[in-house]
Amino acid sequence: MPKPHLALLAALLAAYGLQQYADHFDPYYLDVLTGVGINVILAVSLNLVNGYTGQFSLGHAGFMSVGAYLSAAVTLLLGPRLLGDDGGTAFQQGALFLAALLAGGLAAAGAGLLVGVPSLRLRGDYLALVTLGFGEIIRVTFQNVEFLGGALGLNGIPPYTTIFWVLAFVAITVFVITCLVHSTYGRGFLATHDDEIAAAAVGLNTTRYKIVAFVIGAFFAGIAGGLYGHFKLTITPTGFDFTKSIEIVVMVILGGMGNTVGVILAAILLTLLPEVLRPVAEYRTVLYSFLLIVLMLARPQGLLNFRFGRAAP
Amino acid sequence: MSEFLQQLLNGLSLGAIYALIALGYTMVYGVLRFINFAHSDVFMVGAFLGYYLGKLVPAGTWWGGLAVLAGAMIGCAVLGMTIERLAYRPLRGAPTLNVLITAIGVSLLLESTGQVVFGAAPRNFPVLFPVRNFAVGGLILGSNQLIVIAVAVVLMIALQLVVYRTKIGTAMRAVALNPKAAVLMGVNNDVVIAFTFGLGSALAAAGGILYALNYPSIDPLMGVMPGLKAFVAAILGGIGNIPGAALGGLILGTVETFVGGSQWSTYKDAIAFAILIVILLFRPAGLLGRFTVEKV
Repeated sequence: MPKPHLALLAALLAAYGLQQYADHFDPYYLDVLTGVGINVILAVSLNLVNGYTGQFSLGHAGFMSVGAYLSAAVTLLLGPRLLGDDGGTAFQQGALFLAALLAGGLAAAGAGLLVGVPSLRLRGDYLALVTLGFGEIIRVTFQNVEFLGGALGLNGIPPYTTIFWVLAFVAITVFVITCLVHSTYGRGFLATHDDEIAAAAVGLNTTRYKIVAFVIGAFFAGIAGGLYGHFKLTITPTGFDFTKSIEIVVMVILGGMGNTVGVILAAILLTLLPEVLRPVAEYRTVLYSFLLIVLMLARPQGLLNFRFGRAAP
Repeated sequence: MSEFLQQLLNGLSLGAIYALIALGYTMVYGVLRFINFAHSDVFMVGAFLGYYLGKLVPAGTWWGGLAVLAGAMIGCAVLGMTIERLAYRPLRGAPTLNVLITAIGVSLLLESTGQVVFGAAPRNFPVLFPVRNFAVGGLILGSNQLIVIAVAVVLMIALQLVVYRTKIGTAMRAVALNPKAAVLMGVNNDVVIAFTFGLGSALAAAGGILYALNYPSIDPLMGVMPGLKAFVAAILGGIGNIPGAALGGLILGTVETFVGGSQWSTYKDAIAFAILIVILLFRPAGLLGRFTVEKV
């Protein structure tokens, strides 16, 4: 077996092993780890769009909300019918949860396709703005759908997200994105990023690459949304606004665009930072935004990007 | 019919505010080619400056109101130039994306600093100008609405004069057209860019105070939505195009007010983005903009 596949298998086994001993850990640490894992999935998947392919999307939270709502709707509405009143066995619950997550991911990917096809003709800050606009439209739409709880959101989602699911999907996301970018096909993403005109001139369909990146990124954002919903047990449209998108973008930038290891480290760091800064909670956002500006002025290639010689886009 | 005219008036006064903010976006985009995300927070700071200055002057007088307006405009002009000097100038020549992210950082910094300094709770904006309502043929004209429209029109005419009749305005247009050629012709780009930021921020401050007169509850996050919508207005009119920004603002404010008054009122916040997407897909250069082809 090739190396990445072995690594994936090892990671899945490790996640399963950790699950067996989950009861021995402090629940607080498990919760923090779950939060870290969800953010890693979001950041790594956005990195495919913003980092490797060089497009600037500000709507990742919108795709996350699509996944969160759809998977929550599946477990809330279909769950009782399929599993019966006693809630089913652990295996049945797991299968239902997996199906719900995949449904959420696919719905988000569909939304990504819908958004990507028209908007990826634009570039730079126009694209950023259109994705932002779509994110806001998705949010306002959820606020108005009574069936999905309207502005109050969905409550009483079953607590299916365990540490195993989160770590397993972190491993799968990192595996898929890494293998994709390093494949022959995936070189096209980098070419689109480096010089779109040159890439088109040698016969790459850059629009197609951009859309593929967008759809795959949205799929994993939807998965992350599903995990988030079954972790927090309640979701509201306002939880997925523009601020959340920016938070994910900051992780990608901090890690160095197009550097998966850096982005993972940045996602971990930025999720832990608020926990560490709890004593100075009031000044947290001030500090956070100040650091962002200083970082952009001092290290525009990303704090954790140690590969010299390759300039940021 | 009278209801239609009433809504049209409400829409125009909201649109005039959007237009003032949009002008700042469009001018900065013209000279620097990036979205100044912090602009919407300068708008917020303008409203808060109005709040604090408004306590120093007697309420409901003409000279007091105009003095507050002028004070807030000067304050925000200084703020805008400071932001440009500290956060954007070091990045001159850097990729657009980095500047964009810095702008988002500045925006978040102003919002969070505002929450610490002003407090997150909404505050009631003082009454700055004398308030009277006129009834004209079944229409109710609030004096605040008329002030909003009058101030906006005066400022836009003043801006037009500055841009087309003064030396610095000519320099601004030169930098927008071709920064390198402008330098070769002896234009000091840094001064022009700083001036543009000052001018745009002053207009945002005026917009902030006018907005607060009509919607007298202000908080540190009040700028986010009007800011985004004003940017949509700038794109709608053709970004970088000054009359376009004014036109876009008026259209957007009117459409939004009519949607708000219809059965679709809960979708009010989404309509601006729907317009944005339609415009970018069918006429990316905006209503009055010119389309340019990217050359290798």
